[in-house]
Amino acid sequence: MKKTIAEINARIQAGKAVVVTAEELIPMVMAQGVTETARHVDVITTGTFGPMCSSGAFLNLGHPAPRMKMSKVLLNGVEAYAGLAAVDAYLGATQIPETDPENKNFPGEFNYGGGHVLEDLVAGKEVLLEAYAYGTDCYPRKKLEKMIRLEELPQAFLFNPRNAYQNYNVAVNLTDRTLYTYMGILKPNLGNANYSTSGQLSPLFNDPYYRTIGPGTKIFLGGGVGFVSWYGTQHNPLAPRGANGVPTSPAGTLAVIGDLKQMSPRWLRGISYLGYGVSLMVGLGIPLPVLDEEVVRFAAVSDSEIFAPVVDYSESYPQGLGQVLGTVSYAELRSGEISVNGKKVPTAPLSSYYGAREIAATLKDWILQGEFLLTAPAFNLPREAGVPAYGRLVFPQEG
Amino acid sequence: MKEKMVLYFPSTVTEQPFIYYLVKDFNLMVNILKADINPRKEGRIVVEISGEKPDFAAGLDFLQARGVKVFPLEQEIIWVEERCTHCGACSVICPVNALELNRTTMKIEFHGDRCVVCEHCLKACPSRAMEARY
Ligand code: SF4
Ligand code: SF4
Repeated sequence: MKKTIAEINARIQAGKAVVVTAEELIPMVMAQGVTETARHVDVITTGTFGPMCSSGAFLNLGHPAPRMKMSKVLLNGVEAYAGLAAVDAYLGATQIPETDPENKNFPGEFNYGGGHVLEDLVAGKEVLLEAYAYGTDCYPRKKLEKMIRLEELPQAFLFNPRNAYQNYNVAVNLTDRTLYTYMGILKPNLGNANYSTSGQLSPLFNDPYYRTIGPGTKIFLGGGVGFVSWYGTQHNPLAPRGANGVPTSPAGTLAVIGDLKQMSPRWLRGISYLGYGVSLMVGLGIPLPVLDEEVVRFAAVSDSEIFAPVVDYSESYPQGLGQVLGTVSYAELRSGEISVNGKKVPTAPLSSYYGAREIAATLKDWILQGEFLLTAPAFNLPREAGVPAYGRLVFPQEG
Repeated sequence: MKEKMVLYFPSTVTEQPFIYYLVKDFNLMVNILKADINPRKEGRIVVEISGEKPDFAAGLDFLQARGVKVFPLEQEIIWVEERCTHCGACSVICPVNALELNRTTMKIEFHGDRCVVCEHCLKACPSRAMEARY
């Protein structure tokens, strides 16, 4: 059985496509088998809604009169990088205001930052723009202060260099003091274990070898339509994998892009991690075209077959020691309790499984309505060291 | 002793420096948790007052004699559902399971009746979906 993306799109346009979420696929394959399921399902949708620090947006702020080459840009007091053309800037999700007390009064609260500005912008709120310049013959203005709204900006697009991590650590704390980390609050003496992927719904767990995903793949991003633009920073397809092909430690990542003006504060949410900093919760969903039976076989993976490493965030992670305390399945993580060093440890997610479910369902809906057609990637995400199909590119070897 | 309470100021007395007198004349420590006063309008502040028991009683008498009404604090923790992303991070922070992750729906459920107002969730919630109301 083989299908092309063109054939699947024709079925979507004719209103005949069969679309299921990666979660709905699991009992289907159990009941009917891979071959039968592949024959009648056309698209499998995935989703994830979690903190993704490597996120941000390129904003064109529009030329004031007289013109200005902005060299310092603040949005609600949060600096956006302006070392670009005259009125372009990049606002990063983890940027905090210069006035933030940081961790001086530990643990710092980090109540507002880049992620919150992005949320305010997509919520349609007014944001204070302050810009400074040294002034040139062509761009004489030196200062600008005004309220802006996202809809007034000529262009604004989200461009996230690292999203949708394929697997991630389960964070614990072996010491007797509380730790405040990007993996949340870790209580002393293995008080809790925090994890952060949507497991069986997460995009790259369902296509572990990136057989259908690459630059040009159309996706759900922040409530709007976006695209995979490149492999993400720290993309590491060489991470160890289980027999089912699923990586057992952090592996592939995606760089993604999308029109900020289409997005919603529901799926782009500024967040604050006590003692750590600010970030952005990003909603992201990828449709997988059922091109062959293999697509179904891989996407049918369930939480009990996906494993994550348990890492101590008091020593092993911060010191970069690479020690792993054990391996647990997402089924165990999602049950609310795992066992580490013989101790029962309650688990908490940082990524919203409920949100992931809703994203996969929304994407399914868009496709069923005929509003969302699938695209073929320009090339597949690199899956091995060496020279990928599109030209020269060498990944570092493991270790 | 140490107690949280709500002080209610009628519009006629809001400009007087009560807190100053509590500290200076009654040896009390006053920690203002929340204030809501506009000049010439009625106001309300939530304070935590600590000190020796006789000073404490004398201080409260002083306030009441000047027209300030004193109420016990009935603090409540509110779950702002629209801000909640159902991430679940609070489920291991709450000591009494008042914030519980329903494993079927994978949504967080707030059981206000179990809440002991420890306030741990206020800063632990990344979306700031938990708020204290007085
Ligand atoms: S931590 Fe906050 S956002 Fe997350 S589930 Fe709890 S209340 Fe909701
Ligand atoms: S205030 Fe304390 S008891 Fe109440 S919900 Fe928050 S963490 Fe739980």
